[in-house]
Amino acid sequence: MSTDYLNAKKGIWSWLTTLDHKRIGIMYLVTTLLFFTTGGILALLIRLEHLTHDKTFFEPDLYNKLFTLHGAIMVFMFIIPNIPAAFGNFLLPIMIGAKDVAFPRLNLISYYVLLAGAALAIASIVVGGVDTGWTFYTPYSIRTGTAVVLMALGVFVMGFSSIFTGLNFVATIHKMRAPGMSFHQMPLFLWSIYATAIIQVVATPVIGITVALLVMERVFGIGFFDPKLGGDPVLFQHFFWFYSHPAVYIMIVPGMGIISEVIPAFSKKTIFGYKPIAYSSLAIAFASFLVWGHHMFVSGQSYLSSLLFSVATIIIGVPTAIKIINWTVTMYKGHVSWETPMLYAMSFIFMFSIGGLTGLFLIALSVDVHLHDTYFVVAHFHYVMMGGTVMAMLAGLHYWWPKMFGKMYPEKLGKFACLLIFIGFNTTFGSQFTLGYLGMPRRYYNYQPRFEPLNQLSTLGSWFIGAGFLITFSYLIWSLFKGQKAPQNPWGAKSLEWEIPSPPPVENFEHEPKITEPYPYGIPAHGGAHD
Amino acid sequence: MTDHNAQVHVVEGTNHVIPHHYENAFHEFDASKFGMWLFLVTEILLFGGLFVAYTIFRGLYPEMFHLAHEELNKGLGALNTVVLLFSSLTMALAVGYAQRTERAKSFNMLVITFLCAVTFLVVKFFEYRHKFHEGLLPAKFYTFEGIKHDKAGLFYSLYFMMTGLHGIHVLLGMGCIGWVMWRTKRGDFNKNYFTPVELTGLYWHLVDLIWIFLFPLLYLIG
Repeated sequence: MSTDYLNAKKGIWSWLTTLDHKRIGIMYLVTTLLFFTTGGILALLIRLEHLTHDKTFFEPDLYNKLFTLHGAIMVFMFIIPNIPAAFGNFLLPIMIGAKDVAFPRLNLISYYVLLAGAALAIASIVVGGVDTGWTFYTPYSIRTGTAVVLMALGVFVMGFSSIFTGLNFVATIHKMRAPGMSFHQMPLFLWSIYATAIIQVVATPVIGITVALLVMERVFGIGFFDPKLGGDPVLFQHFFWFYSHPAVYIMIVPGMGIISEVIPAFSKKTIFGYKPIAYSSLAIAFASFLVWGHHMFVSGQSYLSSLLFSVATIIIGVPTAIKIINWTVTMYKGHVSWETPMLYAMSFIFMFSIGGLTGLFLIALSVDVHLHDTYFVVAHFHYVMMGGTVMAMLAGLHYWWPKMFGKMYPEKLGKFACLLIFIGFNTTFGSQFTLGYLGMPRRYYNYQPRFEPLNQLSTLGSWFIGAGFLITFSYLIWSLFKGQKAPQNPWGAKSLEWEIPSPPPVENFEHEPKITEPYPYGIPAHGGAHD
Repeated sequence: MTDHNAQVHVVEGTNHVIPHHYENAFHEFDASKFGMWLFLVTEILLFGGLFVAYTIFRGLYPEMFHLAHEELNKGLGALNTVVLLFSSLTMALAVGYAQRTERAKSFNMLVITFLCAVTFLVVKFFEYRHKFHEGLLPAKFYTFEGIKHDKAGLFYSLYFMMTGLHGIHVLLGMGCIGWVMWRTKRGDFNKNYFTPVELTGLYWHLVDLIWIFLFPLLYLIG
């Protein structure tokens, strides 16, 4: 018996220099959740300011900085690294029966590169903040007196972290699978991680050169995005969204992977449509590169381009719908139980569906002219990013918590917090759909008095979300010390990580793992569903 | 997957330890090379942004590109192209010798490759110095009066961004070549283990390849 990975070595230094994918995963988890908490507090402050239509607490400049930081922190420091780097690192080698990722040193480097990039971004706050919004649109981002250069450099550096992680994962999945583990035997979480990693490798360099050019524009006046010097501000938007739309799928596809693990485990039933779910991840990754122009329908893009981007975006809805249908059918006539991870998975399907379908409103050319840059857009992407990805992250966090730390979380509190977050989320962002439809623009400091009641409802909801997360993080930390000891397989789940002790030993497997078909739950005898 | 004891596997004839998560030396080599190719993909996409910008601005101002490129020194550009192509040959030979455990020859070839890189940067330095002197600078700082087009600065923005980013890659490549030179001298590589030489070679060929596109696009317009 070798000792588990948490106790194999002692002391902070053994963590900071570790090459163990599991420890690096935990370091990512803690770091990204700290950033999430920071971004969340900023969000609560933004909502607080909107309690009244005029000034409530903050000056307009501070408000601009608050929402820019909220966006930049949540996008670049939390949601992009969170599921791939934290959960992916912890689970990927175990799920393919390997001892580690292909390049463990690169893995550790990518963690420190993320920290360095985050330090630059935080430095930009110290020297006065950034007020451009997380999209850094030119020409404003060239002219504003705020610390755009530092923030852009931060994004550039954090991009390398994302590239290294993606590169490592693609190489790991291709080269490190245990004998007998074919692509079609991998859990669907890994297909998601694989599709995500491909986007990370192919798209991230483009944001790198984009923000580098933005820095050059400010420092050396290269004029690429400045009409006075012959450049084109819309070119910046093309560059930015060529990365940032695929990046939306870097954010959501790993979450879909978690849902594909949680639903069969709590339905005690083989996943319905393994191959459609697997290949739809790749289809999303591919199509994500062909839709960036739907962010620019009102930016002076030609009607023909807008039409083509609109059609391409409708097409990308198809693989997403395939997943949702397959998850739903998986539950049909299964033995469904409602532990916290499953409740979050259900929340995911409910809210992600709303987020996805309202996306269809926004890519209809004529409707978009009305809804563009309103709270409807804010509500839409929060339903996808928070109602989708964050719910999936919470599902995964509760599902794998026993495996990661060898402790059970308190089930009743988990369900209660899930309920709070569910109600709070729908109150906060459901009301914003109406606000946007009525014409309230996003990012504005003040709004018309007639929007006040709905804004107050939205702010009230944000307090429910805050309370839900406060409870969640409290009981999770409590469980580390006082939680019940977790058995090897508390959920009766079937992927490889449940075949080894909780927490796993350093080398992952005591014996060579036995590779079977994925999701060997079978189909209940009375069931009428077929795969 | 067979042993859990901290049993250490060393590649025959070297002191390179195979990391515990690989099955054998070839497994490590194979994965490393795959990773390097993925990294090269990201490099191409990084430069891709600049090539797209080039395409768009050349489409907008075709006559300006033609006028502006006349100020570049075709002779020095061609010289640098030959130097880099030759360095790719010596790099390939260095990898070949490393694979056959001919360390001295491999080392010599790496030295020649390194000197070619130095030559390239020295030539580039003289080109840049001339441009600075004439005021052929990125758009905002552009002061040259010999080109009858008010957007000519944009061409020199592109010129400096593209050759500058390429120059940074040459510097990084020199760092890698210097490192494998030192390790070759120390006797780290033989026919069983030469991964760093191979990967440096792949990287250097990409640096060369990008220049092969930059030269005609910038120096040989029209």
